[in-house]
Amino acid sequence: MDRERPSLAGFLLVAPALAMVGALFLYPLGYSLSAAFTGPDGRPTLAHFGKAFELYSGDILFTIFIVVVSTAATAAVAIAIAGILVLGRPGRAVALLGWLYRFPLFIPFIVAGQCMRTFLAKNGLMNNSLVALGLIDPGQGASLLDWRGIVITFVWKQVPFVTLLLAGAMAALDRATIDAARNLGAGRVRTLFDVVLPQVMPNLTVALTLSFVTMLSVLSVPMMVAGSQPTMLTVDMAFRINAYGDYATANALGVLSYAMTAAAAFLYLRHGLRTGVLR
Amino acid sequence: MTTGANAIAGPRVRSLAASTAGAALRGLALGVFAFAILGPLANLVLWSVAERWYTPFKLPVVYGFRYWEAVFRPTGDAMASLGTSIEIALLTVVFAFALSIPAGYALGRLRLPGRVLLLILFMLPQAFPSVAIYMNVARIFYTFGWTGTVAGVVAVHTVHGLVYSVWIAAAAFAAIDRDLELAARNLGASAWRTFLTVTLPLATPGLMASAVFIFLESLDEFTGTFFVGVPQVSTLPLLLYNASMGGNYQIASITALILLVPSILFMLVIERFLNPQVLSRIGR
Repeated sequence: MDRERPSLAGFLLVAPALAMVGALFLYPLGYSLSAAFTGPDGRPTLAHFGKAFELYSGDILFTIFIVVVSTAATAAVAIAIAGILVLGRPGRAVALLGWLYRFPLFIPFIVAGQCMRTFLAKNGLMNNSLVALGLIDPGQGASLLDWRGIVITFVWKQVPFVTLLLAGAMAALDRATIDAARNLGAGRVRTLFDVVLPQVMPNLTVALTLSFVTMLSVLSVPMMVAGSQPTMLTVDMAFRINAYGDYATANALGVLSYAMTAAAAFLYLRHGLRTGVLR
Repeated sequence: MTTGANAIAGPRVRSLAASTAGAALRGLALGVFAFAILGPLANLVLWSVAERWYTPFKLPVVYGFRYWEAVFRPTGDAMASLGTSIEIALLTVVFAFALSIPAGYALGRLRLPGRVLLLILFMLPQAFPSVAIYMNVARIFYTFGWTGTVAGVVAVHTVHGLVYSVWIAAAAFAAIDRDLELAARNLGASAWRTFLTVTLPLATPGLMASAVFIFLESLDEFTGTFFVGVPQVSTLPLLLYNASMGGNYQIASITALILLVPSILFMLVIERFLNPQVLSRIGR
């Protein structure tokens, strides 16, 4: 019942859960790697990657573009909201903002996709409202159901998560540094960027790395919000399999998406090591 | 920025005008933000009660609950999907608990070499792009005839949820005051009895939180079901997707609203289950 017991019992207790992860994650992972690098003759080959680049180089760039732009936009909005929540003059407006921003937090991606599919359409509620307010002429509103729709949906969905972690970290800071900066005459914006943000950078990087990987994995949003071309790699993988049963090319695309995740993880780790957070 | 202008505005009149303008500007910004957050949800609600809605009309032409009746008709597809979704989510919770209570206890309480690596291993399924994994799971399952079965979908959802259940269970067991267990042992209770009557009840709030997490993750899961469950297993997210792609926005919107109910309830109650003592130990 305590930590002095030999560890064999512990391993037996963990074993069933580990076996599940092994069978349904590690094994398929190995399977996907071997399918991506093995030719029909069983020899190692890079031919599947050649085909993937030939057919989908546009979508590979499109995917990188979408997740990078969405992550940057999410960071900008989350910093603004968290900054206002922590540094803004306490009052009804700030309380309302704090209540509003959390709404999409637990909303599933597929529901967010359906919301945006109607909201951002040419005759969706957004354009209709803009017309009703006299801001644009009837018929002038454009459909945003392309790359912009995907970015908007991702930002809408991920901002609450990043803001929650960021505002939590900011609220836990020592108020003395903030008060000192304010007393020395620093404005709120300058206090945010020069005093508060540097102290919560580790929290921001974790939140952004997690949301980067999440956006890279989502299948429903690009399928529901944007047309067929160009689209994200998740949709291409599903199409390769459902239309052609072409596991080789699909797995090559899968390995490229692992590589993008690894790049994000690498940037995060490098940042963490440089700032001495991870030790 | 308007506040900065306030601070340096000398004459009282100017300061008053500036602060009024500032308040108006803040109000406008808040209004735009509220529209951006709530507008898409409002569109969902409108579609769910729109019996007829076509251009150039800005709002539905005919309102009504015809589609709600169609969805909630006991024999309809939607009720069948809701039943399947709940069945899968409950089975996923049970299965995940059977795996993660022992694993969580070992990771939270026992001495295990490589404990941090084990914790990371449970997180990996969530850290990898899931489409590439699920398509291969589906391919492996196909050779065993497990695609299109509820059991296959439950297995996929369980692995996806293990990171929550194992991490939270480990944190919940680690947070328990050991003196209480020692007291039970001193009074003559066996190790097994102590676990069942002292340790497990004390860990229950944390375990409940992880149960809710797993239930919701399973209920909302789309990608894994899309690959492993088709064509026989139709959950609510798959019904929503098919209705939406088929242009039936009313059914899609109503299904989306059904999925929203537990998500919003959860957002309201989560803090009651996860106390800071357990929260601070998650992932440690």
